[in-house]
Amino acid sequence: MKALAASRRHRLAPVILMTLALFLTGAVYAALAPSSAQANTAGADDIEEGRRLFITNCSTCHGMSAEGSDTVPSLIGVGAASVHFQVITGRMPMDADSPQAGAKPPQFTDEQARQLAAYIASLGPGPGIPDEETVDPALGNAAEGMQLFRTNCAMCHNFVGAGGALTNGKYAPALDDSTPTEIYEAMITGPQSMPVFNNANLTEEDKRNIIAFLVAQREPNPGGFTLGSLGSVSEGVWAFLVGFGLLIGAAVWIGARSS
Amino acid sequence: MTTDLAPGPKVDPKIAATADFLDTRLGISKMFKGLGRKLFPDHWSFLLGEIALYSFIVLIISGTFLTMFFVPSMTEIHYPHDALPVTMQGQPMSEAFASTLNLSFHVRGGLFMRQLHHWSALIFVGAMVIHMLRILFTGAFRKPREINYLIGFLMLITSLLAGLTGYSLPDDVLSGNGLRITDGVVRSIPIIGSYLSFMVFGGEFPGMDVVPRMYALHILFIPGLILALVAVHLFLVFWHKHTQYPGPGRTNKNVVGFPLFPIYVAKAGGFFFIVFGILGLMGATMSINNVWNYGPFDPALVGAGAQPDWYMLFLEGSLRLMPSWEVVIAGFTVPMSVLIPAVVVPGVLFTVLGAYPFIHNYATKDTGEHHVLDRPRNAPTRTAIIVAVLSVFFVLLAAGSNDLIATHFSLSLNAITWAFRVLFFVLPVVAFIVTKRVCYGLQRKDRELVLHGHETGRVVRFASGEYAEVHKPLDDFERWVLVGPQPERPLEIEPAEDSNGVRRPGHKKELRRQKFSRFFYEERVEPVTPAELVAAHATGAHDALPASEERDARELEARTH
Repeated sequence: MKALAASRRHRLAPVILMTLALFLTGAVYAALAPSSAQANTAGADDIEEGRRLFITNCSTCHGMSAEGSDTVPSLIGVGAASVHFQVITGRMPMDADSPQAGAKPPQFTDEQARQLAAYIASLGPGPGIPDEETVDPALGNAAEGMQLFRTNCAMCHNFVGAGGALTNGKYAPALDDSTPTEIYEAMITGPQSMPVFNNANLTEEDKRNIIAFLVAQREPNPGGFTLGSLGSVSEGVWAFLVGFGLLIGAAVWIGARSS
Repeated sequence: MTTDLAPGPKVDPKIAATADFLDTRLGISKMFKGLGRKLFPDHWSFLLGEIALYSFIVLIISGTFLTMFFVPSMTEIHYPHDALPVTMQGQPMSEAFASTLNLSFHVRGGLFMRQLHHWSALIFVGAMVIHMLRILFTGAFRKPREINYLIGFLMLITSLLAGLTGYSLPDDVLSGNGLRITDGVVRSIPIIGSYLSFMVFGGEFPGMDVVPRMYALHILFIPGLILALVAVHLFLVFWHKHTQYPGPGRTNKNVVGFPLFPIYVAKAGGFFFIVFGILGLMGATMSINNVWNYGPFDPALVGAGAQPDWYMLFLEGSLRLMPSWEVVIAGFTVPMSVLIPAVVVPGVLFTVLGAYPFIHNYATKDTGEHHVLDRPRNAPTRTAIIVAVLSVFFVLLAAGSNDLIATHFSLSLNAITWAFRVLFFVLPVVAFIVTKRVCYGLQRKDRELVLHGHETGRVVRFASGEYAEVHKPLDDFERWVLVGPQPERPLEIEPAEDSNGVRRPGHKKELRRQKFSRFFYEERVEPVTPAELVAAHATGAHDALPASEERDARELEARTH
């Protein structure tokens, strides 16, 4: 004890103490922090509440045990991420039998969506809802994301995610209002016409880089009004509406003064 | 200020000394006497060409600034990690693209200059096209101005080349996509296509040569050519004197308007600053061609909504509309899906456009000089042809934006593509017929107006019990415009055989020409002749009035004056 008391003023003591404190904090965090695969650890209550919501709101089309039908997909094994994405963006429940379920104001709270997701996840394993860190744009590299986005996504979603047309009334939606979680879930589950970008295809890091790129697009444009980021067509329309509107207005004014 | 103003205000001796200095060396007083008193008629549509000229000046000024910072090289470098924008840090790219980014983010005023340059380019070509439409609609291309029309047409083509080469310089994905399409179009030309492509790109697309080559064309050759053409164009405008709209006292032998000095020097000078100001406003507030969104060129990439600038959009549209037809001749593929929309369609369009004055001469055998413009309604077939061509142009513009129409109006891309394919053939026919009918209707309304005068809304009852509305006759100024036009009539040709029964040589050729002429002028509404006008006035706008009531009518007319 005396030796310990004597060495507490040793010049390495703060370093050792700090190291110990860090280890302790890390251990406590590891024990208490929520796991990233939330859907797997959802409580039985959540699953039961999700089942109740499912029967009331979804079973008309997807069937009493989510088995689907000829025209409606089965939800067994789609995973929590898919359900959470579809419900939280308002795509499900679907409002009309259109070529594609469009986003609309969500019909459920985030908690209800997670309960629904927990119920579906309990029917069969599938991709889970990502945690905050996995989708944090601040941890991603926007420049890498730019390369990945334009290689994998821009041909449908436009260079900066302003959206684009697909065949027969389907479309790739604009991404400027999507949350990082929604973007991640869409990539991992491939909703509607979108292909699945699994972790072998785009790693978790890649996905985060893409999210960082898309979030970086929301910064104010250095050039002024973006005109919808739609490229040359909207620029041409604006050149004629604003440019020629003003120029011909001025020409009429000058030409009409004296005659 | 001119020396012939004898008792005018006192002239500042310094100004007088300067004027004398210039006069004794350059003879400016003679220039002033000749040019300063040249008359120009006033109309807003005569300023459309000025918009084009002024935006060209802005293009030269802003373009000169851009050349000071742009590096026309395709050498690969890595964008610095500490430079903006963050999305480009550390990325491999050409020096051309890197210098465009540097120009946009690190050169003071650079982004403004780039945007000013690009907006001015859109407005420049737009103003030329609108100016050309004004010329076509009003018949200003007629003798003696056919050659000046051709010069203007050449300027339009050269400007399209300027746009194409300039658009390709930043070496971003969108400009690279545009070049790739150019490459595809060049390759679609049978036999020489692939050789031509290798010549343009100095080898396999994209190669290392294309940006420096485009740069040389864009900043040196093409603007020089346009400048030379502008000089000739303006000289010919002076030489021929400006056309004027029909109006009181205006004939093919005079010009009614205001002198160049001081009226038009002030108006045109002021208009330059207005144009510059509007373009500056656009460059400062509206972003255009954000190359950092597209990223450096990579031949493997394309994005949704990739379209060229508006003046090339009709070509994009015709490519998008064309079904995928291919013909294999002796083992060589002829890609009709590129050849027809990208070579044949613009080829036909530009040939007709350039040759129009000569088509007109062929149909009319017109040898007179025309300095008074047509009102579009008084040349129904020509107006209808222009509207029909314009309708095709608009269909192609819309087809080039079909993906945006699909997403923004929730339509099916496939359905609208088919709709445009049908419209491409149907709309010009409908537009032609409708425009022609509208023109005839307006001409008949003009006739009606000259013969019967304006309706006044006053209804009067005659002694016999008949009701009639009182019409107010036109004044001389109004009537001048309405009875002025000399309508074209179909060609009259001599019979197939002369009086001796011998076949006249060249008759078949003339017959063809007459047929062509009839298409233009067979159906027409003749303007009111003086005889008709006298007849109409004699009967007080009621040709069918019985004799006993004619007196009433005369009295009525006398009272209403």
